[in-house]
Amino acid sequence: MIKVEGLTKRYARTTAVDNISFEVQKGQIVGFLGPNGAGKTTTMRCLTCFMPPSSGSASVAGFDVLEHPMEVKKRIGYLPETPPLYPDMEVSEYLTFVGRLKGLSGNELTRRVGEVSERCAVADVSKKLIGKLSKGYRQRVGLAQAIIHNPDVLILDEPTSGLDPKQINETRDLIRGLAGDHTIILSTHILPEVEQICERVIIIAKGKVVATDTVHNLTNRLRGVEAVAVEVEPRSGALDAGAVQSRLEQVSGVSRVILKDSRDGRHLFEAESLQGKTIRGDLARSVVESGWNLYELRPVALSLEEVFLSLTSTDTAEPSGAVAE
Amino acid sequence: MRNTWTIFQKEITSYFNSPIAYGLMAFFALISGYFFYVYVAIFVQRGMESQMMGRPQPMDVNEWVVRPVLMNISVIGLFLIPMITMRLFAEEKRSGTIELLVTSPIHDLEIILGKWFAALVLYAAILGLSALNLAMLFMYGKPDWRPLVVGYLGLLLQGGCLLAIGTFISTTSKNQIIAGTGTFAIALLLWVLDWVSSYGTEAWAKVVGYLSVVAHFEPFSKGVIDSKDVVFFVSMIFLGLFLTARSLESLRWRS
Ligand SMILES: Nc1ncnc2c1ncn2[C@@H]1O[C@H](COP(=O)(O)OP(=O)(O)OP(=O)(O)O)[C@@H](O)[C@H]1O
Ligand SMILES: [Mg+2]
Repeated sequence: MIKVEGLTKRYARTTAVDNISFEVQKGQIVGFLGPNGAGKTTTMRCLTCFMPPSSGSASVAGFDVLEHPMEVKKRIGYLPETPPLYPDMEVSEYLTFVGRLKGLSGNELTRRVGEVSERCAVADVSKKLIGKLSKGYRQRVGLAQAIIHNPDVLILDEPTSGLDPKQINETRDLIRGLAGDHTIILSTHILPEVEQICERVIIIAKGKVVATDTVHNLTNRLRGVEAVAVEVEPRSGALDAGAVQSRLEQVSGVSRVILKDSRDGRHLFEAESLQGKTIRGDLARSVVESGWNLYELRPVALSLEEVFLSLTSTDTAEPSGAVAE
Repeated sequence: MRNTWTIFQKEITSYFNSPIAYGLMAFFALISGYFFYVYVAIFVQRGMESQMMGRPQPMDVNEWVVRPVLMNISVIGLFLIPMITMRLFAEEKRSGTIELLVTSPIHDLEIILGKWFAALVLYAAILGLSALNLAMLFMYGKPDWRPLVVGYLGLLLQGGCLLAIGTFISTTSKNQIIAGTGTFAIALLLWVLDWVSSYGTEAWAKVVGYLSVVAHFEPFSKGVIDSKDVVFFVSMIFLGLFLTARSLESLRWRS
């Protein structure tokens, strides 16, 4: 349904998206995961014909974004990072306006405005000015405008950003409910969100695809990796952090160790395991056997950046951008 | 066409939903009413003077009232137009709604025309207020109506031209105030070009003078339609809208 090949987008100074390729099948929900500045918004803007790629190609439903932008636009519903709302319009007036822009008219338009208002739970505010709505309602109006013309493809840029936990759950349910009829790409930098909503995930960092995988495989791979915070006080005192670090790195199953903090003669490290290894026991033993004090040993969650690192470092055989399925 | 209408409707509603339209109308009604009053007063005074001197001359209302009032309205237009056009694209860019417009299955030209027509209609509605003043002349006298109609045609053409330029300038900034100020500066420039050209007779002065909006409007205020003035305004409208289209396009290549 969506096909991106060698897509590159350069701005005046930066290359925001660097030669990325991926495909999304009909009916799939794909998560576009990446830290700030990864190039998620840029990629989506190329897909929605907001701006042309610098090189490479993208197509939606077989139509190229450069050659047949009108056909592409007809088939896409797009929720930009900031919902494109007019504060001086009423909700129903706004949805009617967007519906017209997307080519609806007459009875069908009225019917769709009613339907999407129900579906996105904004029917109760349909006569309110958008400028007077809360953030959560605005986001839902944004979603409603994206699906007003029942598009084949939905592109949602951080649909849950800035919402409270309850609203986040409602929005995720809503998006899951839209699956099936629509092919959906949504961007996020929240890992659990991808696990909850998406079937497949495309991880991008610094403008490059780091991995594409099913969510199932990804979580398995991540579950195999353990991250542990270790706080050590070398009793001899004189011992510097580097020596302790190299000792910890020798523990079997440890892939890497990072010094996080150092004060009062104590050093805080974060150690990550190789795929499928548990390292807490071995770490504890090695600290104690070296005659040092073990102050703390606790598992920590991998941050998004660490996920990328561990994904790229544990799969050194896999070139970035390759598809692992 | 349908899409142009959709955009047009949205813009007109938004003008009349906000205080802008009413503010501009009040401002304009006040100033144009004042000028109307002044010229009528002068006209009446002169009429009485010539009568008292015992040799009443035929005095032409068109010459004494209609023409100067139209000239003044044309100048007030320079101030009004930036306020009408400044928000057209700047506000869409600031709020991000430009992403909705540009990713919808409509052509850029439809967006531009819809917005420009809406601005023109608002401008015409504002002008309409001054027509009410001038209509009063018909209650007390018999002015020639043809120069009036020609004058308003000229005002519309001049307005359309400056509105097109204003629309273009609105695409170059996210800030309404900057867009408005820029438009005003250019409108003012096109106006004072007339003075510049009157200082010289060389070729360059002619060229500069040709760009003067006021110089092209003046014949209309006398009731004269000269095809070269019409051509000037119509080509300026095309130029303005063309630049808007290019600017919208390059916005995407850059942004
Ligand atoms: N209009 C622009 N002009 C110049 N550089 C830009 C522009 N928009 C984005 N960039 C740059 O391109 C890179 C990618 O930006 P992009 O907005 O696509 O990231 P993102 O993944 O959406 O990030 P976020 O999670 O913060 O939304 C960044 O380095 C950003 O600074
Ligand atoms: Mg973004």
